[in-house]
Amino acid sequence: MKKMFNKYNLCWILSMIGSYVLLSVLMSAGIIDSVYQTVVTTIIINIILATSLNLIIGITGQFSLGHAGFMCIGAYSAGVMVKQMPSMTGFMLGILIGVIISAIVAMIVAIPTLRLKGDYLAIATLGFGEIIRIVVLNMKITNGAAGLVLPKMLNFPFMYGVLMLCLIVIINFVRSAPGRACISVREDEIASEAMGINTTKYKVYAFIIGAVIASIAGAMYAGNFYVIKPEMFTFNKSIDILVMVVFGGMGSMTGSVIAAIVIGLLNSFLQNFSSVRMIVYGIALVCIMIFRPSGLLGTKEFTFSGIGNFIKKRKEVKK
Amino acid sequence: MTVFFQQLINGLSLGSIYALIALGYTMVYGIIKLINFAHGDIYMLGAYIGFMAITVLGVGFFPALLIAMVGCAILGVVIERVAYKPLRNATRIAALITAIGVSYFIEAMTQRFMGTNVRAFPNVLSTEVIQFAGLRISYQQIYIFVTTIVLMLILQTIVKKTKVGRAMRAVSVDADAARLMGINVDATISYTFAIGSALAGAAGVLVGIYYNSINPLMGMVPGVKAFIAAVFGGIGIVPGAMFGGFFIGIAEALVSGYGGSLYKDAVVYIILIVILIIKPAGLLGKNVKEKV
Repeated sequence: MKKMFNKYNLCWILSMIGSYVLLSVLMSAGIIDSVYQTVVTTIIINIILATSLNLIIGITGQFSLGHAGFMCIGAYSAGVMVKQMPSMTGFMLGILIGVIISAIVAMIVAIPTLRLKGDYLAIATLGFGEIIRIVVLNMKITNGAAGLVLPKMLNFPFMYGVLMLCLIVIINFVRSAPGRACISVREDEIASEAMGINTTKYKVYAFIIGAVIASIAGAMYAGNFYVIKPEMFTFNKSIDILVMVVFGGMGSMTGSVIAAIVIGLLNSFLQNFSSVRMIVYGIALVCIMIFRPSGLLGTKEFTFSGIGNFIKKRKEVKK
Repeated sequence: MTVFFQQLINGLSLGSIYALIALGYTMVYGIIKLINFAHGDIYMLGAYIGFMAITVLGVGFFPALLIAMVGCAILGVVIERVAYKPLRNATRIAALITAIGVSYFIEAMTQRFMGTNVRAFPNVLSTEVIQFAGLRISYQQIYIFVTTIVLMLILQTIVKKTKVGRAMRAVSVDADAARLMGINVDATISYTFAIGSALAGAAGVLVGIYYNSINPLMGMVPGVKAFIAAVFGGIGIVPGAMFGGFFIGIAEALVSGYGGSLYKDAVVYIILIVILIIKPAGLLGKNVKEKV
């Protein structure tokens, strides 16, 4: 227990509560108006998506381009359930069904494809993501290309709670023994196999957790933005998420969070110049890969203990 | 049975286009192990260059084809020099992300300067249709098929008989050894991009004529499908890409012919996944064990 409540963890808890209080005060005071509230919800969803993809790409080193497919599963399970049972219980059931379906699909996708390496894996996951979308597009219950129109189900406190829950799950997974096994797979698959790590098992773990959390993000999307259509979950959506992960640094969770916030704000400012935005994204992706291939934060994390150590060192130098 | 043969003919024209794009993928992958995601967009640019050549310069089919091929070859080399060359020694994932960035950039630039709307491609070939035993074969389909075959024969000659082709084969086997033998590896890679992009440009013009419409995002789906064709045949192997292109084209046409047109894209992805699981090196590829 002592370990759990050290001052750094307290710092994290305080910053979690602090940012929640700050945001809700700003909302109730009307400084964050309804337009910016949409930006905030988009950012929350994007943080969930980026960190879950980072778990697959950055931590485990498996290049997946099918993340939008899992988001699609989550959004549609929640959407279909809300259509049948228009209440919060229905929505929660929808999330649960989405989680189960996406875990099963992720397992079906993962076991054969994760034997593939690097770019083959990227294309295979891209294919699976598109298959999911095409199936949704052609099903009766999902209303095809027209999509589903839904009531707004979620409020800010609920979304914030889900975000924190997802972050805690992902970050603690990274720090657990399976998480460390995943990192070793990323660093050198053959070496970690030689050390007795069942590489396939940990790759599948990471893939399933990432997929499940992406489906939760999809459900959040469905509960917030009134309309879901299959065309929202194309390969381009996967690339959007990938951009965030790459910007923040593959392997850095705090990097993904920061990148999701920065890109979310940039998108809202550049909304009227969407073609310019795409050009900037393209150039930025190429430049980051050429000049800083590990992303802005690399695999480093922003931590309070890091700041603590930094201050300590400064003091020692002064002495 | 008529449906089957009719779809076979349609599939051959569609497959020619996929095969031309797949050749570029497979050559680039063979030489620098990069999935050139921007290749589908070069094909799109080829369609636009052909479109401009026909509407602005008022030329016919063959000059437009040539202009598009030359234009795409230059663009391909420029892209390689600017974006991919600094990453020669980077990880493959870094190179893949760069390629995605380039693809985004090209699409966005085209949307910015040519508009996002669909444009009608001028009809420069005769629209006559030959009726034969209940089958319909249009002159356009014959042109597409013949052009593709001629281009493939030229490519095969370049790869097998010329000095550049021999250099390309040497670099794809072992770049360092090739460099020691006095081959200019960078120039060879540029040649590869030039040839691959020229083929994609030709495919762009052909598809413009076949479907009569072009738009800035037309390269994405055919690009991925052509890549699947390349993987199917065994990536890095030139005849494999041709075979894979025709196979994917015919499979897609047959599926839509028998009433599954909504699922035709899904079928292609399923083919990809099946081939990756059963024989990841592709139909004509050899399995290479990874060494530590």
